[in-house]
Amino acid sequence: MALLRSIAISSNKTITLAPSARALTTTTLPPLPYSYDALEPVISGEIMMLHHQKHHQTYVTNYNSALELLHTAMDKGDVSAVVGLQSAVKFNGGGHINHSIFWKNLRPVNAGGGEPPHKKLGWQIDTDFGSFNALISKMNAEGAALQGSGWVWLAFDKELKRLKVETTANQDPLVTKGATLVPLLGIDVWEHAYYLQYKNVKLEYLKNIWKVINWEYAGEVYEKEAQ
Amino acid sequence: MSKRTVEIHWGKHHNEHVERLNKHLKTSAFYGHTLEEMVKATYNNGSPLVEFNDSSSVWSHDFFWESMQPNGGSMPKGGVLDQIKKDFGTFTNFKDEFTFAALSIFGPGWVWLYLKKNERKLAVAPTQNAISPLVWGDIPIIGLDMWEHAYYLDYKDDRSAYVNNFLDHLVSWHSVMVRMMRAEAFVNLGEPKIPVA
Repeated sequence: MALLRSIAISSNKTITLAPSARALTTTTLPPLPYSYDALEPVISGEIMMLHHQKHHQTYVTNYNSALELLHTAMDKGDVSAVVGLQSAVKFNGGGHINHSIFWKNLRPVNAGGGEPPHKKLGWQIDTDFGSFNALISKMNAEGAALQGSGWVWLAFDKELKRLKVETTANQDPLVTKGATLVPLLGIDVWEHAYYLQYKNVKLEYLKNIWKVINWEYAGEVYEKEAQ
Repeated sequence: MSKRTVEIHWGKHHNEHVERLNKHLKTSAFYGHTLEEMVKATYNNGSPLVEFNDSSSVWSHDFFWESMQPNGGSMPKGGVLDQIKKDFGTFTNFKDEFTFAALSIFGPGWVWLYLKKNERKLAVAPTQNAISPLVWGDIPIIGLDMWEHAYYLDYKDDRSAYVNNFLDHLVSWHSVMVRMMRAEAFVNLGEPKIPVA
């Protein structure tokens, strides 16, 4: 999303934005790489449909609205309006980012979902966590312990060159926990992600979701960043 | 609100908080506090201690169940209605404000009708996660759980249907009246009618 603008600093106390050609690119809902019922019985078709068509779509719609309001506020130089819109941008933009990653993190069993990582990512996991199972246990524990809504991530720290399990609250993207963190896998632990099927038993959802995790995608992202 | 939702919300979610709170209380320094005192103390002015989440959730859920009744909704009467009109203009304005606040929450939270002690008026506010007006020292009058588990089975993502049904069919104006009466022991809402001798 490109914002073209020139910044003229008129004094060391004020920054003037000269609005030149500003392109407002709206975000759109990415399509799912598989059908809604393709992840059954791990995640029901009903949940996938609601999750994609309602929840993710709402984040996209509200992000676009917030962005339009932001552009207007910026054009008018309305600083308090700009600042006031930050939480809407973070929440809805974050929701869009996180869910876009999430759809790629999942894969139907008959297309390789659940197949454990091999090669470089597999070795890195063994190095940083001891074993693949240790990583799964840790992610499940952190996901289960998360109070409220949020995400549990398998992150790669580009700087320290190691893997890390992180959690973020609400729709905060992974970068809010560290600018050098790259998301390999994210698991949505908002109640809407599992409630219709698993009710309050979040741990059951977490234990089962590994059957449809797309480790190939995680491996690709990892190898690209680890160079 | 379906039976299934109440069974799971009360029997599992609420119950889990009660059990975890009891576990904390075995070793907590706050053992012996009333629940309300414990919520305020463990909130710790914004840096909540480990007991806050469960103590506040237990309190809020107790408050929530009692904010509803079978065949609830419709209109409040008498002094409660007068106070609402005084502080919101019209009853419809109150409902609109309550609904708007409920839908404005990012993530899990609650929406409250509460009595501001210092300003001596009713107001509506949304809160995040397990926070309630207790933490800032005001008096809750109605509490509505806006966490997804509270409505998802019955309404999926349609939060406004959930809030409207709560206001139109569930909210217990009788509880509100009792809570307002109790609040008047702490907040002077009007001038006393002193008879001329």
